[in-house]
Amino acid sequence: MFDFLKSLFKPAPSSGETAKERLRLVLLSDHLSLAPEVIESLKRDLLEVISRYLEIDSEHADVTFEQREREVAMLASIPITAVRDRPRPSPELPFSPEPLLQVPAPAEWPQAEVQLGLEPQPLAEAPVVAEEPVASPAAPPAAEPAPELAAPAAELAAPAAELGAPELEFAQVVVAKPKPARSGNAAGSRRRRRKKYAAAAAAKANHAPPQALGGQASAQG
Amino acid sequence: MMRAFDSPAVDLDPMPEPALVRGRAIVITSGKGGVGKTTTTANVGAALAAAGKRVVLVDADVGLRNLDIVLGLESRVKHHVLDVLEEKVTLDEALVRDKRSDNLYLLAAAQTREKEDVVTEQMKALIERLRERFEYVLIDCPAGIEMGFKNAVAGAGHAIIVCTPEVSAVRDADRVVGLLPNTWRPELIINRLRPHLVKKGKMLSVDDVNGILRLPLLGVIADEPGVIVATNKGEPLALDPTSETGAAYRAIAAKLAGENVAAPTVRVPQDGFLAKLGSLFGGRA
Repeated sequence: MFDFLKSLFKPAPSSGETAKERLRLVLLSDHLSLAPEVIESLKRDLLEVISRYLEIDSEHADVTFEQREREVAMLASIPITAVRDRPRPSPELPFSPEPLLQVPAPAEWPQAEVQLGLEPQPLAEAPVVAEEPVASPAAPPAAEPAPELAAPAAELAAPAAELGAPELEFAQVVVAKPKPARSGNAAGSRRRRRKKYAAAAAAKANHAPPQALGGQASAQG
Repeated sequence: MMRAFDSPAVDLDPMPEPALVRGRAIVITSGKGGVGKTTTTANVGAALAAAGKRVVLVDADVGLRNLDIVLGLESRVKHHVLDVLEEKVTLDEALVRDKRSDNLYLLAAAQTREKEDVVTEQMKALIERLRERFEYVLIDCPAGIEMGFKNAVAGAGHAIIVCTPEVSAVRDADRVVGLLPNTWRPELIINRLRPHLVKKGKMLSVDDVNGILRLPLLGVIADEPGVIVATNKGEPLALDPTSETGAAYRAIAAKLAGENVAAPTVRVPQDGFLAKLGSLFGGRA
């Protein structure tokens, strides 16, 4: 508490604090680069999860870590070949309904019929526009929900439209380690920045053709 | 004297003379150069010897011999580690006795050779031989994590990490700890701490450093002119009864020898250098 109050009156962090923060980041980075088998295993798991929802080109997937000014970020570059018409959420985990409820659905969505997933195959009957090429030209309408896509990474569930057209062919997932807030300002800007990354990642990941989602939803109706 | 192996009932093959002491071989290492490994080795060794322990200091920094200088023994060095390993001279011929203490010996590094000339297995065997004759074998490790480091660590059973409160030194220390056998529990000496800078928030504190390294803290040595003066003269500060830093080295030696049962709580002082030294001796919580 006292430290916090003190920090309010301190315009800039002391050089000791700067040293501490640099040390923390550099060691985080070192430890990651020194554990290649962990990274390999993380990459495998990551691809496995993503491939439940998207058809991906695992051969050309790349997971790297990047040390930035204030954080170490994980960058996953995963070429997507197609959208799955039958997403397969993890059988072990209950399919969380929360992302669905948070996003306002378009009026034409038959809300009542959306099954909040006890079954791993609630979207089974989707007649769907599968095999839709990734580079879908259609920009999604604002606040287009992509609940199934957002579900595995709730953090990415920011409105995608803010960041414009999803003509990207790569899903880029950025996960930055959250830090304990040291001063109000720094924490705020960090949070904003993280949100921006998350939104960017969502935009990139959210290339699912809106038609596909609409189709799935109405198929259940 | 009774020996453990004497037993009239059992007829054994002739055995080598059983060791009277089976000393601890401790490598002093850091990864980064210039953090004070050699000074630490000299002072901890001198303090142990002054406390009555039989100590040998081995300079493993082949090609960059320095430990003899810090101890003021450079004029006495006639042979070195490689001479012994290559059986040009006996171990006794190569060991240099300290000017001040009968308990303290130095085995100098070869100045004109390379670290790659040392065969790891031979080095290991040499340390084993020294352990039979000395209670403490302190190995002054070269900077880096290459051959010289590997040779220095090979014969040791314990490590002291020397680290200064700097980002680069802590990073290297962290790396070195990762390269040591994972059954080891290295102990940490934080060297060249400037308490007043820590107090102003301009230097990493003991807690900052060890919050990252998380090693048992053996001691903290302040950055003070006395260390430089002592090195100029070739007289380890640990032998100076008036020096506070010398006292800190003696406390480290005592702790290393297991004399301080209670772990000393070394904290960065809120009120200056004297308080920190007081805390080294358990005077302050």
